Amino acid sequence: MTLNHYFYCCLGIVKREVFRFFQQRSRLFSALVRPLLWLIVFAAGFRAALGVSIMEPYGTYITYQEYIIPGLCCMIVLFNGMQSSLSMVYDREMGSMKVLLMSPLPMPFLLCCKLIAIAFLSLMQVYVFLLCAQLVDVDISFLGYLTAAPAVFLIAFFLGALGLLLSSLIKQLENFAGVMNFVIFPMFFLSSALYPLWKMQEASVWIYWLCQYNPFTYCVELLRFALFGQLNLTAFSVILSVTVITAVLALISFSPKFSQQR
Amino acid sequence: MGIVTNNLSFAYGKKTALNKVNLTLPAGFNVLLGPNGAGKSTLFSLLTGLTQTANGTIHINEDDLSKNKSKIMSQMGVVFQQSTLDLDLSVKQNLLYYASLHGIAPKKALKNIELILAQLSLTERLHDKVRTLNGGHRRRVEIARALIHQPKVLLLDEATVGLDVESRLLIISYVRNLCLQRDICVLWTTHLMDEVEPSDQLIIINKGEIQAQDQSSKLCEQYNVDDTYQLYFALTKNAEAV
Repeated sequence: MTLNHYFYCCLGIVKREVFRFFQQRSRLFSALVRPLLWLIVFAAGFRAALGVSIMEPYGTYITYQEYIIPGLCCMIVLFNGMQSSLSMVYDREMGSMKVLLMSPLPMPFLLCCKLIAIAFLSLMQVYVFLLCAQLVDVDISFLGYLTAAPAVFLIAFFLGALGLLLSSLIKQLENFAGVMNFVIFPMFFLSSALYPLWKMQEASVWIYWLCQYNPFTYCVELLRFALFGQLNLTAFSVILSVTVITAVLALISFSPKFSQQR
Repeated sequence: MGIVTNNLSFAYGKKTALNKVNLTLPAGFNVLLGPNGAGKSTLFSLLTGLTQTANGTIHINEDDLSKNKSKIMSQMGVVFQQSTLDLDLSVKQNLLYYASLHGIAPKKALKNIELILAQLSLTERLHDKVRTLNGGHRRRVEIARALIHQPKVLLLDEATVGLDVESRLLIISYVRNLCLQRDICVLWTTHLMDEVEPSDQLIIINKGEIQAQDQSSKLCEQYNVDDTYQLYFALTKNAEAV
């Protein structure tokens, strides 16, 4: 196998995911409507009730809409990661997973390609959302758009790997819906996506600590800084570490030996 | 050239599915015949590397499957019993995706695809979504897919089940011609007696054990029976097969 083989394989897997994504037009629609509703309706209500003081990386007071933009971008990535994993469960039930497993290329490489495909789709959706966000006066600099890309990619890689890990442990599509509720909502709400952590600490110390240990908090913070052209080193280190751990666990869980044991 | 298994055994928990299976499948058309639950699918799963076992060995074209899986997979084409096509994608997209999994460049893959689809009378369906195809056409697409990378070994698990007579004849005659033209090893798993010809290598499996293995006509002679049905019944005591 040469590098060309690997390249065409990766291209093929990404293309398939993109084709499938555009075949399901409602998926793009719902991927955008969900965060836009939060941004336009939820944030409008909360804007009046909540004030966000000066905090890093913002140099001045900001509106609540501006504050939740990174959280909503991560929400898109989270949903896309989980939905792509759902398609893995579907592939396994329908048998098309066997086709992937029959490839002569190594399984870890194939799963990495799958993660790249998931990350690419997430990136696309996040940028469409950011463009829509301009309509509610959320300003992001050109540099912010550029530096957000690698952050979104890394976050998508992590959440995609988490989704793959979950999909490998789930035997039926029906079970996946339950796991979605137990993963997506706790991850999203127990993070700094909707409220700054210092506000959370005022409300409840133990919830604050749960948020602190939630990797999704670091996804949000990584992107928050990236949108300002800055690197949050702590968030980056945490996300990089959990990405590696989750990806390795996902790879192990997809190995034939592990699948057989289950 | 071909498939060789030595003392291949497999169990689902305490239930033995295959018990010390020794097979030698040369290039040509090999038919694996057995009733439901005989171990055909387990054997198929082991040969395709989807299931692994520490008991016994599998050699394909003289390579050990446990050691050279990548090389073997690049030479193996498989048609599964259950359809594995992506219904929402077109025939072309499905075939190109599969080609990419073998690292074949789209241009080269498309050339192969056009050639194979022409042979299978499917050229005009290239851009149609798989969802719109009937069962026979879907099966032909799956066979086309298994051949894109020009395999030396072709495994088909009950490839004609549920198809009308015309589609069955087309598929089986196409695969038989392939054997002659390309000198490849084909393992055709079935429970349909009328798909066996006297010149075929026949393997009869029952309760996880190989009951007989030789040319179909020779086996009939050896067991002093008139046809494959009687042979099958004599060896498996099973009259389920058609």
